[in-house]
Parts: sequence; structure tokens; C-alpha cells
Amino acid sequence: MTKYTKKNGLSRRTLLKGAAASVTAAGASLSAPMLWAQSNIVLRQAGTGVSAFNEIAEKAFEDLGITLEMTALDSDSVTQRVATQANSFDIADIEYWICKKVWPTGNLQAMDTSRITNYDKIAGTFRSGKLTPTSEIAQGTAPHTVGFTTGVDGTEFVQEESGWMTLIPTIYNADTLGIRPDLIGRPISNWSELLNPEFAGKASILDISSIGIMDMAMVVESMGEYQYPDKGNMTREEIDLTIGIFTEAKQNGQFRAFWKSFDESVNLMASGEVVIQSMWSPAITAVRSQGIPCVYQPLEEGYRSWGGGMGLAATLEGAKLDAAYEYINWYLSGWVGGFLMRQGYYSAVPETSKLFMSEDEWGYWYEGKESMGDIVAPGGQLLEGPGAVRDGGSFLDRMGAVACWNSVMDENQYMVRKWNEFIAA
Amino acid sequence: MERLFRRPGAQSWMLVSPIMLILVFFLLMPIGMITAVSFWGSTEFSIYPAFQFDNYEYLFGSQVVWNVFIKTFTFALITWAITLSIGFTVAYFLTFHVHTLTWQITLFLLCTIPFWTSNIIRMISWVPFLGRNGIANQSLIGMGLIDEPLEWLLFSDFAVILAFVHLYTLFMVVPIFNTMMRIDKSLIEAARDGGASGFQILTNVIIPLTKPGIMIGSIFVVALVMGDFITVRFMSGSQIANVGRLISNDIGLLQYPSAAATAVVLLCTVLITIAIMLRFVDIRKEL
Repeated sequence: MTKYTKKNGLSRRTLLKGAAASVTAAGASLSAPMLWAQSNIVLRQAGTGVSAFNEIAEKAFEDLGITLEMTALDSDSVTQRVATQANSFDIADIEYWICKKVWPTGNLQAMDTSRITNYDKIAGTFRSGKLTPTSEIAQGTAPHTVGFTTGVDGTEFVQEESGWMTLIPTIYNADTLGIRPDLIGRPISNWSELLNPEFAGKASILDISSIGIMDMAMVVESMGEYQYPDKGNMTREEIDLTIGIFTEAKQNGQFRAFWKSFDESVNLMASGEVVIQSMWSPAITAVRSQGIPCVYQPLEEGYRSWGGGMGLAATLEGAKLDAAYEYINWYLSGWVGGFLMRQGYYSAVPETSKLFMSEDEWGYWYEGKESMGDIVAPGGQLLEGPGAVRDGGSFLDRMGAVACWNSVMDENQYMVRKWNEFIAA
Repeated sequence: MERLFRRPGAQSWMLVSPIMLILVFFLLMPIGMITAVSFWGSTEFSIYPAFQFDNYEYLFGSQVVWNVFIKTFTFALITWAITLSIGFTVAYFLTFHVHTLTWQITLFLLCTIPFWTSNIIRMISWVPFLGRNGIANQSLIGMGLIDEPLEWLLFSDFAVILAFVHLYTLFMVVPIFNTMMRIDKSLIEAARDGGASGFQILTNVIIPLTKPGIMIGSIFVVALVMGDFITVRFMSGSQIANVGRLISNDIGLLQYPSAAATAVVLLCTVLITIAIMLRFVDIRKEL
């Protein structure tokens, strides 16, 4: 290459020689990683931001040699992608209500539970629907109702454990309102506080219809305006009533903003624009790790719950399909569960996650016990010192108080249209 | 073959065909498809071919949709008025008060500096500035001008219009500056010699001669504002809707036929608006 600077100039021939040499050199140095890349499996995972952490991708590469390309989108965008771009993902990291929407498109394939090592250890909520043998099933799209199908190409949901799962459950949680205790300065114990005029211009609700409508229903019931026979499956009149109440509040300036993605909710809360809003637990963790007080307030009426799981793209086959099973088995084997539990989620396979958490962490996050030492966020920021108790208490206290699940209703199209009007009103 | 080439007009057709093919494939066909889909039906997760007017019936029957269209026009009108006055003033200053070409170019380039970053970043950087505890409110409180933070600075009509003006003023400056630079300075001297006052020169000479530039800038601004959805979403905290947001919400919820119908109506509205604007100035004649 240094020949290029020779004083007597550059003939066409030497240039060509040089170019050829450099091409072969590049070819030689590239060939090794190219071979390596051929055996390496890349899985494209599209999902909501709630569990798309780089740490998980790094660990998966370290343990399995599988490269994960994670795409984090808001819930509606993921739904859209799974429903319309079947070739754009290998693994869909979605929620059960999204599953209800997109399963009929045939873009996902069912999973053989006999290939899932820890299937027996998956929490009851995702199999029989019952948290404990005696618990009641909450209203809405409970995960087990859309969790099983008839076979690998099954299009119908079945209500018993059929051996073919639509999504492999990964994480779930009981959601409630997030508040800024320092800016509110009094106890909050009901969903109706979201529409309390005291917080006019300082409240927010999320702009994702299937989740937002359930938050609305919790508020409407709490206000004593209406008692739904089944808020997970409203009639048109009930939808009109619910959205009507919120449209009126919106026009009276109750809301500061609506949020659609996880980051927006963190910013609204951390900046003090909003003091009470619908929120997800890692968003609380994110606000708190900035040193700003934020509480995931347990409320008398109970929680609105959701479940997340991973679905396999219908296009997966051969080695890639095997790799996907391997990845899912790894996901349920504990490390990821432990990592996500520290975000405030519950792992769908708690037994294995326990192995990857300290006794103190397990006590704080799962059992609702007082912390003995410091409780640290996965990123290393201090969340709580000794003597702290998780908002809402133990797993059984929180998941036992679930009032409804995020839902896709029979009247979903009507609801979506009304929701759109609410946002535009 | 040779005979084909000799036919009158054949060469012109050949010359025009590349651009025509591009326009047919990338403009006319997509618009045709959107129009076709706007008559389709949809379920929650799929769309099916049909010929029904449901989507349009809903559009024209819903009070919310009418309000949203009115809002879209309001935004376009206010943004147009503000960008026009700022754009005209800036162009006027650059043309008539800056006397050397070097300085004119330097100052003009200064106007483009904000455009070195993306639209979204320029827009989002307003959020911490205008927020309840943002720089604007803190400075105003610090100066003792207000006691309580101003709530309407962010997530409001004001914020949306501010962002629009910030984003789109340059689209007004450029064409106006361009036509103003071409005004023959001797016309102004002649007017002055004829005894016209500064204001008369402005209204009788400069404005009429700048009309094509004003009109081109206006078309840019109106089309951009009416088609926007992301600025409205971020600056209003998702609370305000314009037509673009109706479409994007529909797409997000997989209601493609409804989105297509709204898009067709929006397209027609914008075309009619621009047609009306072009009645006032014949751009081709004046350029």
C-alpha cells in the first residue's frame, strides 16, 4: 500500500496489483469470523420495553452463544409488528392480551411443553389460572385463558393444559398507581384519587387502550359510579359510560399528559409534571434510582394485573427453532428471573429465580419481609436501606389482590374507536 | 422500431418516461392503494377486501373527527401567520439591510444551524425548558415576574404552535429570501424618486414582487403542519389530536382501512387548500 506514495507516480498496473492484494488480505482476515458467524445463531426478539434489557442479551450470549437482537417498542407497535410483519422477528416478547389479538393471524407457533424443562415449576396462574388452589380468578383476559392451544398450528385457545402453549410465561406483576409522596403529602388509598380535582393538571393515564380501559374501570368502580358485572368484557354502554367519565375529566384539565412508552412515564414522574398516574413497576424503580421518592401505591380495590410471555414466530424452524427452545429454557432457568425480580416483577418460575437471589433480596421482593441490608437496583443504584418493606407486601398479598387483568374484549373494536375519540377529545 | 421513434412526440415521451415511471410506482400507485383500502373492512387483527362506506360514514358522522379537522386547520392557520411574519421580516432584513453578499450568505447559513440536528431532537429539547420545573418557569419565578409556575407552557396548544414555528420558519425564510433577492433594486430607487414612502414601497413594490416566494413558503408550511403528527403528540403530551394523530392511532391499533379513509380525506383537504392558495398567485407566471 505504501507504494502509492512512490515518487515516480502510480501506474495502472501497480494500482490494480495493490488493490488485488488488499482484497485478498481482507478476504483472509474476514474468513475466520465469517465461518464462526455461520454457526452462530441470531434471534431477533421484538417486545415491549419492560423486559428488553441489554444485560439479558449479554448474559444469553455468554451462556448460550446466542446473539439476541432486542427491539423495544410500545405495546401497540409490537402488536402491529407481530400481526403484520411475520418475518421481522423470531421471538415475540409480548403480553397475554396482545396474544389474544395476534394469535388468530397465525404468525406465532405453539410450543411443545414437553420440551420446556421447567414446565412443572411454572406458576399456577399461567396453567390452571389459580394462584393458590382456593383463589378466585380475576376478571379480564387472564393468562391461562389464552395460554394453551390445540397443537403446533392450533388457532383456537383451549382452557386446559393441552401440552401446547401459545406463550411461555416469563414475568408478571400487579400494577397500581404510582405517586410522588413528597408532592402529595397525604395517604392515597383508592383508585378514585386519579380523578380527584385536587390533582387537576397533575395526573396521567397511559394511552394503550387495552390497559388504560382497565385502569379507567378500576377508577369508575372506586368512585362508586358503576359496578361492572365483568369489567374485562364490557358492553358498548359500559364502554361509553367509562370513557365518558374520563373525557369529561380530560376536558376539565385533569390530565397533564398521556404516556405511551415506559420512558415517558418515568420522565413525567421524575420531572414533577405528574404526581399520580398509571405506572409500571420498573418505572418506579427507575424514578427511585434517580433519588426521587416514588411509591407504587397499593389501593383498597386491588390491582390491575398483567402477564408477559414469549411466543415463537411461525417462521422459525430447524436449528433456529432449537435455539429458540434453548433460549426459553435458559430464560426460565433462573438467572433472568432473578434479574427481573429485582426490577419489581415476578418471575413465572419463582423456584428457579430464588437460586439467583440473595436471601435478603428474596425476602424483600418476594416475601414482603423487611430488608436486612441494602436493596440495590440491577444497575447498581441503591433503592432501599435496611428495614424497608416492599409496597404492597408479599407475593401472595399482591397477586392475591388482583381485581382484573389487562383485557381484549368482545367489543374491542368499538372500544378502540371510543378510545381514539377520548385521546382526540 | 425506427418508425416508432419518428412518430411525433415519441422522443418527448421517452424523455419523460423515467420520472413518469417513478411517479406512477411511488406516488400514484400507493395513493391508489390507500384509496382502495379505505373502502375495505377490518377485524381486530386483519383487513378484508370489500367495497363499503363504513369508514367514511364514521369519519363524517363523528363530532370528534370534525373537531380534530378544525383543530388541524387552526394549527395550520396560526403557524402560517406567525412563520410568515417572522420569515418575511428575516428575509427583508437579509435582503435590504445587509449589504454585502458575504454577510447575507453568512447570516442565512446561521438560520440553518438548528437544522443540523434532527426534527425530533429540536422538538424534545423544548420539554425540559418549558416544564413545570423547567428553565423558563424557574427564570420567571427567579425574576419575580410570576409566583406560580405557568402550566400552559408545556403540553398545551401554545407548546405545539411554538414547536411548529420553531421547526418550520426556515421553510418560509428560504423561498421569500430567494424571490426578494431577485427584485431589481432600481425599482425601489424609482419608487423612492417618485416620492413613495417606505411603507408604500413595501406594500406596492416589495410585497407584490415577493408573492411567489410567500406562496411557496405558505404551501410548505401548511402542508407540513397539516400532515404532522409527532410534534402534536410530544408537545401536547398526547392530549391534543390533529388528523395525523388520528391516522397514527388507527395504524397503531391495526385499523388500516379507517386510517386509509382518514388519509384520503386529509389528502383531499390539503389539495383543496393548496388549490385555493394557488388561485391568488400564479406561481409559474411570476417565477
